[in-house]
Amino acid sequence: MADWCRVNIMKLFRRRSFSHGVHPPAHKDGTAQIPIRRLPFAPQLILPLGQHIGAPAQALVKKGQDVVRGQPLAAAAGAMSVPLHAPATGRIREIKSMLTSRGSREPAIVLDVYEASTQEVLWREKRNLEELDQDQLLQAIQDAGLVGLGGAAFPSHIKLRVPEDKKVDTLIINGCECEPYLTCDHRIMLEYPDDLIRGIQLAMRASGTRRAIIGIEDNKMDAVKLLAERLRKASDIQVEAVETKYPQGSEKMLIKSLLNREVPAGGIPADIGVVVNNVGTLAALGRLLPRGEGLMERVITVTGSGVRRQGNYLVPLGTPIGFILEQAGYEGGPNEFILGGPMMGPAVSSLEVPITKGSSGLLVLNEPSIRAESRHRWPCIKCGRCVSACPMHLNPALLGQLALAGEYEEMAHDAHLNHCFECGCCSYVCPSNIPLVQLFRAAKAINREKAA
Amino acid sequence: MSLELRTTPHLHAPDDVVLIMRNVVFALLPICAWSIWQFGLSALALILTTLASCLITERQFNKTNTLGDWSAAITGLLLALTLPPAFPLWMAAVAGFTAMALGKLLFGGLGMNVFNPALVGRAFVQAAFPVAITTWTPSLFEGRFSQFIPGTFTVPFTIPPEVAEWNSRVAIDAFTGATPLGLHKFEGISTPVLDLFLGNAAGSAGETSALLILLGGLYLAARKFLDWRIPLFILLGAGLTAGAFHLADPQQYPSAGFMLFSGGLMLGAWFMATDMVGSPVTPWGVAIYGLLIGVLTIIIRLFGGLSEGVMYAILLGNAATPLIEQFTQPRVFGEKGS
Repeated sequence: MADWCRVNIMKLFRRRSFSHGVHPPAHKDGTAQIPIRRLPFAPQLILPLGQHIGAPAQALVKKGQDVVRGQPLAAAAGAMSVPLHAPATGRIREIKSMLTSRGSREPAIVLDVYEASTQEVLWREKRNLEELDQDQLLQAIQDAGLVGLGGAAFPSHIKLRVPEDKKVDTLIINGCECEPYLTCDHRIMLEYPDDLIRGIQLAMRASGTRRAIIGIEDNKMDAVKLLAERLRKASDIQVEAVETKYPQGSEKMLIKSLLNREVPAGGIPADIGVVVNNVGTLAALGRLLPRGEGLMERVITVTGSGVRRQGNYLVPLGTPIGFILEQAGYEGGPNEFILGGPMMGPAVSSLEVPITKGSSGLLVLNEPSIRAESRHRWPCIKCGRCVSACPMHLNPALLGQLALAGEYEEMAHDAHLNHCFECGCCSYVCPSNIPLVQLFRAAKAINREKAA
Repeated sequence: MSLELRTTPHLHAPDDVVLIMRNVVFALLPICAWSIWQFGLSALALILTTLASCLITERQFNKTNTLGDWSAAITGLLLALTLPPAFPLWMAAVAGFTAMALGKLLFGGLGMNVFNPALVGRAFVQAAFPVAITTWTPSLFEGRFSQFIPGTFTVPFTIPPEVAEWNSRVAIDAFTGATPLGLHKFEGISTPVLDLFLGNAAGSAGETSALLILLGGLYLAARKFLDWRIPLFILLGAGLTAGAFHLADPQQYPSAGFMLFSGGLMLGAWFMATDMVGSPVTPWGVAIYGLLIGVLTIIIRLFGGLSEGVMYAILLGNAATPLIEQFTQPRVFGEKGS
C-alpha cells in the first residue's frame, strides 16, 4: 500500500489533540497570505532592560553614548538573564523608567535613532559553531539575547539546558499559533524554513536530543507540507499536524497531543523527557547564531479593524506601537490595543508602549459586544461549560464560587488554583460573563502576598 | 485618545444566559401547543396562570427586574406542563408562587436554587391538593375549544367538583379517569407504546407527547443548551431497570418501552433534570446523577404508593448533586490518577 495512503487512513482514526479547549473564530485570513514586510526605524526606540523572565539586563552604555546596530547595550545579569542589543545605530538619550506592556513603569534605554541609520548589522561576535561544545553553544545562545518569542519571553538557553538529573529524548517545536488573529509563526515557517531547520539542528545539539517534532495546527497545511518537503531526508525531524483548537500552542497541551505525555503538576516538560521551543525562536536562533548577531528585531502580526495595511512586519525591538500603527495605516476608531493574541495578550494603556522580545502581535480590537458596559453579568448557573473547556481539567465554576466568597486559600489547596495558566477558555465560554480568569489572577496574587 | 483597557481574554463566545434560557422557552412552546390542542381552553388557561404567577412572584421578590433572564418563564411553563389539565387555576397560582418563592427566591434567586423550582411547586401542590392533582380528564374531547373542563374555575379554597360524570359525557371512548401509568399500576391495563410516543393519552398537560419533548430536547442538545448526557443516562437507568423487572416477571411489570414513554419521564429527563443549576457539572457526576434519577423513577413507580415517580426522583437527584460533585471532581491534568 502506498505510504501516503496509510498515513491518511491513520489520521482519520486519530487526530492528534488534547481534550477540552475552545474554538474561537480564527480571524487569520487578513494576514496569513501576505509576505513579511520590514518596518523602518522609529525616530526613538524604547528598550526596557527586563524584556524577559528573570533578572533584568544590566546597562553597559551611558547617556549620550553613540552605539551601532547590533552592539550590546546591556549585559545578562547572571544565569537567568539575557543581554540586550541595539536595534539601530544612534545615540543613547537616557536610561529612565518607561511604561511597558506589563502596565508598570520599568527602567529602559531610550535610543535616538540616526536619521540615516543603516539596516546593516555593524557589530558581530563570530563563533565557529562546529567547534562549540554543548555548554559553549548554550553560552552563544544566551549571548544572542534569545528568549521565547511565542510570548512567554523565557530565556532560551535556560529552556534548552537540560537539568542534570533529567533525561530528555524529544525536542518539540511549537508551530501551533493557536491564538486567533496571529499569523507571524505561520509566515516564519513559510518564509524562513531554512533558518528554522538550522535553528532546530542547533537546538537539538544544545539540548542533546536525538529527535525533533514540529507540531503545527492543521489550519496551516501549507506550512506542514513545505516543512515536510524540506525535511524529507532528515529522519530525526518530523512534522506533525495537530487539531486546530485553542490552547493547542500551550506547551503542556502540545506535548499531550504529540506524545500523549502529561507534564506532572508543578513540573516542567523535562520531567517527561521533552524540551519545547517556538518556531519563531528557533528561526531566530538559526539566523542569528551563524552570523554572530544578537536579537534586534522580531516578526509581529499587525492586524484588527481599522488597520489598512494588515500583515506581518519585521519590527525593530523598542518600536513604540504608535509608530507601528502610523506605518500600518491605522485609521482611528477602535481604541483597544493588544500586544499578542486576544486570548492572553495584555491591552496596552498608552501608544508609547514599545514592542519587546515577547510581543507576537499588535491587535486593534473592535468588539463592542464584549465591552464592559454591554456585558451584563449573571450569577453562575452551573452550566458546566467552563468545566468542559478547561484544558487543565480544573473546575472553574467551583473556583469562581470560592473566589467570590473570598476563600482564596481553599482555591489553592482544594481546587488546584495554581495549575491554572490563565488561558482564558473558561471566561471565553461563560454564558454568565463571569470574569473567571481575572478572579483567579487576583486570588493568586492575594495568596502570593499572604505567603510572602 | 482614551484607550480601552480590559483583562484577558478579549474575545467571548456568543452564548449568554438569556440566549440559553430563551431557547429553552422556545423548545417548550411546541409542547405547550400540543397540550392546548389536546386539552383545549383549560390547558391554555392553566399555562397562562402558572406563567403569570411565576413572573409576578419573581418580580415582586427581587429589588431589580430579573424577568429579562427568562428563567422565571421557564419555571412557569414547565410547572403548567406537569399539572393535570383540569387543575383549578387558583391552585395553579399557588403552585407558581410556591415554585418561585420557596423553590428559587428563598435560596437567593437565579443560580442559587438547590431544587428545580417547578418541581418544588408541584411537590407542594401534590401534598396540599392530593385529589385535584390526580384528577384526570380525557384528551381530545369534543368541544374543548368552546368550554372549560369543570374544575378549572373552582372558587379559591373550595373543593373542585367531581369530573367523573362530565368525563363520561365528553369522552369519545370509555374513559376511566386514569393515566396510562395509573391504569397499569392499579388496574393492570396497558396502553400501546405508540400512543404514548405520539401523545394520544391522558396525563398532565405537557407530558403526553414523547415525540415533541424529544424534538425540543434534541434541538437544545444540538445547540448545546442542555447537557445531552443527563437525559441519556436517565433513560438508560430507567430503561435498564424497567427492562430487568419486565424480564423477571412480564406479567406484573410493564415493558421498558412503556415505562420510558409514559408519564412524565421524558419531560423530566429532558427539561427538568437538565436544569443546569441543580445538576452536576463533572463528567462522572452527570452519569451518576442521571442513572440515579432513572433507577429511582422506576423503583418509585413499581413499588411506591404513587403511580408516578419522576418528580421525587429528580428532587432527590438535585439534593444529591453537591455530594455527587464532591466525589467526582475531575482528575486534574498532570496529576496522578485518583
